Amino acid sequence: MPETTLTIQHKVGLHARPAALFVQTAKQFRSNIRVAHGERAANAKSILGVLTLGAEQGAVIHLCAEGDDAEQALAALTDLIHSNFGGVE
Amino acid sequence: MKTLRGIAASGGLAIGPAFHFQKAGLCCERTTVQDPTAEWARFQAALATAGEELAQVCALAETQCQPEEAAIFQAHLLILDDPDLLDQVQFRIAEQHLNAAAALNEAAGVYIQTLEAMDNEYLRARAADVRDVTDRVLRILLGVAESPTAGLTTPAVIIASDLTPSDTVLLDKSLVVGFCTAEGGATSHTAILARGWGLPAVVGIGPQVLEIPAGAPVIVDGDEGAVLVEPEAGVIARYRARQARADVALAQAREHAHEPAITRDGHRVEVVANVGNVAGAVAAREAGAEGIGLLRTEFLYLERATLPDEEEQYQAYRAILEVFGTQPVVLRTLDIGGDKDLPYLDLPRELNPFLGLRAIRLGLARPELLKPQLHAALRAGVGHNLKVMFPMVATVAEVRAARALLDECRAELLAQGQPVAEIEVGIMVEIPAAAIMAHRLAAEVDFFSIGTNDLSQYTLAADRTNAQVAALASAFQPAVLHLVRDVITAAHARGRWVGLCGELAGEPLAVPILLGLGLDEFSMNPPAIPRVKQIIRALTLDQAREVAQAALELDSPEAIQALVRERVPAAGVA
Repeated sequence: MPETTLTIQHKVGLHARPAALFVQTAKQFRSNIRVAHGERAANAKSILGVLTLGAEQGAVIHLCAEGDDAEQALAALTDLIHSNFGGVE
Repeated sequence: MKTLRGIAASGGLAIGPAFHFQKAGLCCERTTVQDPTAEWARFQAALATAGEELAQVCALAETQCQPEEAAIFQAHLLILDDPDLLDQVQFRIAEQHLNAAAALNEAAGVYIQTLEAMDNEYLRARAADVRDVTDRVLRILLGVAESPTAGLTTPAVIIASDLTPSDTVLLDKSLVVGFCTAEGGATSHTAILARGWGLPAVVGIGPQVLEIPAGAPVIVDGDEGAVLVEPEAGVIARYRARQARADVALAQAREHAHEPAITRDGHRVEVVANVGNVAGAVAAREAGAEGIGLLRTEFLYLERATLPDEEEQYQAYRAILEVFGTQPVVLRTLDIGGDKDLPYLDLPRELNPFLGLRAIRLGLARPELLKPQLHAALRAGVGHNLKVMFPMVATVAEVRAARALLDECRAELLAQGQPVAEIEVGIMVEIPAAAIMAHRLAAEVDFFSIGTNDLSQYTLAADRTNAQVAALASAFQPAVLHLVRDVITAAHARGRWVGLCGELAGEPLAVPILLGLGLDEFSMNPPAIPRVKQIIRALTLDQAREVAQAALELDSPEAIQALVRERVPAAGVA
């Protein structure tokens, strides 16, 4: 099962528009995707789950995916985070 | 008279009768159902209706509000479609045979409580979003008609516990003069929407605000964060006079927004806008912009998977140029790299992105990125007044290299027999090195545009996104203003014109100084345009020069702002 660890650089953290983009990206894939921050974990396709992770700027998050497009899903989410959410405010 | 205090969330003054915005109570009884499958279907039908309603509110918000505000409703659609929330509801209906309304109320309640308990103010405010979405579905399930504004027929001050985005967007703007809420903070929806509408708002007042008698006269002072309940006649008269002065000033400014900015002794400057896309260009023109002083082109590159090709860029620039006909439009070439990354460029991570391979440095290192943009600009400018400027220039060698690339692009187009525009070429002056060497750079270009946001943070060595040192990066710092003066002097000595496209250009208190320093072009966010033009018209060039001279003798941003406030009352708070 592919997994990866990433740091949120965006100044608002994994909230607001970055969180929306994250969830929208996750929803493009069939795989189950889990995102964990500290002791909390959530379904990456759930905006409420992602928000309540409380991942602020500098937070280290852990992603894992299971399914036939798991690799692609993690690659897309990794790109999104590396691109600092495409520069959205 | 009673005075209540809260958070000043949106500036201005409003006087009017109190109107209590009350929603029909959503009393949600907990029952068990015989047929969970039918109940789940009923819930899904309600979700679908809520989705349609929300899509309509979204469309309404997109035409009435700022994009950030419209994004709120996009977020609501995501909540409505949240798989975890729906699983929780389905579990309660299928396993516990709960009625749909109670199932939703309980499932959403868990998230609302979690969010309300978080440390982060932004996340606490999101609890209201979940409540808003939940109430929308509950209303449909329970068949409650929505009209919390029934009875609002004359302009009034809206009093509420807190307003949700759906509430505010459905309010008839012509019947609202201001807002007072018991809850909420400076980043709550009421605050954001009130600012978008330009109406005063005081939020977070506490439950006492709900005890104001309906219809009682109320003064909302959005500048001071105060609400005056049942004020005496004398107080009302005083506030009315203050309101009248402010209204007249703003109305006059707006009325003359489309006239040129000419000082009392006949010196004209250009007042133009910072724009990021076609919609922004249209808004800028309506606000009185005489052109575009900064066309950010990043919009073409962000939120996509591949580079935009030359044709796509050509069409996009053309559309924006057409909004302004033959008025000047200054296109800034791609300002990307460093902190603004594009995944498809595959740029290496940098330790210090603000000092890294960004903007023109990236464009020169990878000309294949810059050339399609220059081709598109040269073609789109035909028949219009297009100018191009390069961002983040530090040295003469960079300008020469960038100009050589532009010449190469021009030659290539001409060889293909394409029409090519004659365009002025300039640079952003936003690195201290460029400001210091302005006398040499002026020989290489047609104009300068000073970017005071970056210039301030590089000059003061203070990151403006770091709250602990951001105040140090003020563009009112004497060091920044001295550099601005030097750049203008150096450019004028060579017969070049100078613009300024940082936030400083739209700051009322900076306008007299910049005018006095001889700035030729002021470029700002469109809403600032009417005030800035008005301040310029209230001055003579000599007065402005005296203010600028005196400002350059001072040692702190505070002292400089105080000086302008004293010398130019028109630039102070209206």
